[in-house]
Amino acid sequence: MRTALFVTCLNDALFPRSGQAAVSLLRRLGVEVDFPSGQSCCGQMHWNTGYRAETARLARHFVDVFEGYDAVVVPSASCGGMPAEAYALAAESVGDAGLVRDVRALAPRVHELTTYLTDVLRVEDVGAYFPHRVTYHPTCHSLRAAPVGDRPYRLLRAVRGIDFVELPAQEECCGFGGTFSVKNPAVSGAMNGDKARHVLETGAAVLAAVDNSCLMNIGGRLARDGHGVRPMHLVEILARTPEDGPLPGLPVAATEANR
Amino acid sequence: MSRTFVGWPAFPEAAVAATSDEQLRANVTRATGTIRAKRARLVAERPDWEDLRDSAAALKNDVLAHLDSYLLQVEQKVTAAGGAVHWARDAAEANRIVTDLVRATGEREIVKVKSMLTEEIGLDNALEEVGISARETDLAAAIVQLGDDLPSHVVVPALHRNRAEIRDIFVREMGRHGRPAPEGLTDDPPQLAEAARLHMREKFLKAKVAVSGANFLVAETGTAVVVESEGNGRMCLTLADTLISLVGIEKIVPRWQDLEVFLQLLARNATGERMAPYTTTWTGVIPGDGPQTFHLVLVDNGRTRALADEVGRQALRCIRCGACMNICPVYERTGGQAYGSVYPGPIGAILNPLLKGPDDPQTASLPYASSLCGACNDVCPVRIRFTDVLLELRHQVAEGDAKVKHPAEKAALRAVGAVMDHPAAWNAAVRAAGKAGPLVPKNRLPGPLGGWTDSRRTPDIPKESFRAWWKRTEGGSR
Ligand code: SF4
Repeated sequence: MRTALFVTCLNDALFPRSGQAAVSLLRRLGVEVDFPSGQSCCGQMHWNTGYRAETARLARHFVDVFEGYDAVVVPSASCGGMPAEAYALAAESVGDAGLVRDVRALAPRVHELTTYLTDVLRVEDVGAYFPHRVTYHPTCHSLRAAPVGDRPYRLLRAVRGIDFVELPAQEECCGFGGTFSVKNPAVSGAMNGDKARHVLETGAAVLAAVDNSCLMNIGGRLARDGHGVRPMHLVEILARTPEDGPLPGLPVAATEANR
Repeated sequence: MSRTFVGWPAFPEAAVAATSDEQLRANVTRATGTIRAKRARLVAERPDWEDLRDSAAALKNDVLAHLDSYLLQVEQKVTAAGGAVHWARDAAEANRIVTDLVRATGEREIVKVKSMLTEEIGLDNALEEVGISARETDLAAAIVQLGDDLPSHVVVPALHRNRAEIRDIFVREMGRHGRPAPEGLTDDPPQLAEAARLHMREKFLKAKVAVSGANFLVAETGTAVVVESEGNGRMCLTLADTLISLVGIEKIVPRWQDLEVFLQLLARNATGERMAPYTTTWTGVIPGDGPQTFHLVLVDNGRTRALADEVGRQALRCIRCGACMNICPVYERTGGQAYGSVYPGPIGAILNPLLKGPDDPQTASLPYASSLCGACNDVCPVRIRFTDVLLELRHQVAEGDAKVKHPAEKAALRAVGAVMDHPAAWNAAVRAAGKAGPLVPKNRLPGPLGGWTDSRRTPDIPKESFRAWWKRTEGGSR
């Protein structure tokens, strides 16, 4: 089984820790993971802004880089959903039948990380230890475009020592939406402000999600307002073990397990 | 002249004003939250809800696929039942037809019910120009009209107003248009309703001409249907001598029996009620009972344009329940007027560009007035896939022949795309970003990204990218 990590351009440039955590978690679970260095971006920004030909070019590139692998793991529901959701449509729009075929062949082997863990590796308890108060934001793509269902919750609840609190109004969009937040900053800012308020209501030390883009959006607001809540990709929580101990700088939650 | 949406600013601009209006946002949030919760409860009662949605979507698809023959059937049935059918290609034509019909009656004041389409075509102003005053009778529409305001929701046009504001409008305006508000009116809802009832009743009893819309038009029987909750529709539709119904050509359902599906969906999805209090149906003219003259005006006004759009035509399945706006986080922050149309929220974001063409800055801005979160897809009773249509329209704006271009954006995305499918260039770009990291301002990015940083801190750019780390350590194994 040849497994590749598609780290995504955002994680590559801005959130390398999530990629590193994904590598260490997958190795711990016995997966031999490769990082083909020709990879770049899934093209979602182009797709969502209406640029189909550009998306098709990036789809071609994605196929060239990954078609030799049995599985492609993506630590992002929104980027992980692109091959199945958009590539064939983008390829059709430029009349590239060969690309449509290649994309259809590859897309079923592309998995969002939590889905890969629960459905391909068939684990829920990944042996993680994280003795802190955590809340979780289900991103819109993880709810609807590439639905991961309750998988992240199942994985989180199996973490030792965790004090998990539900986020109020969790299914509401954080207002990122890629270029939406640039084109409509006022509305986006208002949505994000409400999301940040809900996060604070939980008293959590950590806000988790499966998309760093949304975490960057909510985290950017929390940081600007001077709040110490730490945004963390879910995989960074799952990667931590009892040997690592508590995460430095975070209050240890007062649960049974942590006493 | 009544206020209109003509010349309205593009969405992002209109939204700035709305998001900074605390009172408006509080009113909208409270109202949508209440309806949303009621709807969720009532929909959960129906185990066959998804089947109903499938049926509704399929029925409407059939109508749209054979619209020409259904329309001819409508014309034939309505004429056979003693009504007159008129065809209007656009707003100007529709206004001319209605104005002439009303003028022929010699009446100076008419009543209106369920008339979103008349708002779409600007009928009030056309009538005003020839000295005819048309008064809204739906409570919320009347509040908007009395307040010289614009609607903000398809089911609750005055959703952006709270009780105190409504009371002030009544006290200030009712007297100028008929029976004044009672002395000492407070903002107690029953008192407000009673004031509206007295004011309206006078109009119903006097009016000889009524203008209505219709929720559905049954092709098989030539029957028009209005669903409402206040009884004002029943009054208008039965008391007037002359009834003029303006109906969009997409409002058809094939058979009488199909109403079964739509009437079950509509009330639950719109207001969270099991059944709407009043459903009035009328078929032509019945001697001695109800209006003795009936005109049906079938209006296109961009609907065939929308129909020609393969992806977008699904927007014509809409039955105007308003659920998409009630669930939409963007609508909740802006209220409906920011969309610059009587059709706001997610349906407005797709329907307006489809009807009018995405060629001016206002309609071109609407497909981008969404974070693509997809919440609307889940609640639409006729299963409109908003996200698909939004993307199609964005494509038309970005790459099509539209006069509205985004040259800078296009160039930027092209450039980024070119870098991204050349590994060496991408490697270099990521490395450069890491080096430039400390130089990126924390609090305000320059250029088009500036708005983003108004309410957010930019993330720190790490010195070592993932790919650099992998290269250095081969994935941590070195
Ligand atoms: S688009 Fe769907 S949800 Fe929105 S108003 Fe129309 S029918 Fe209702």
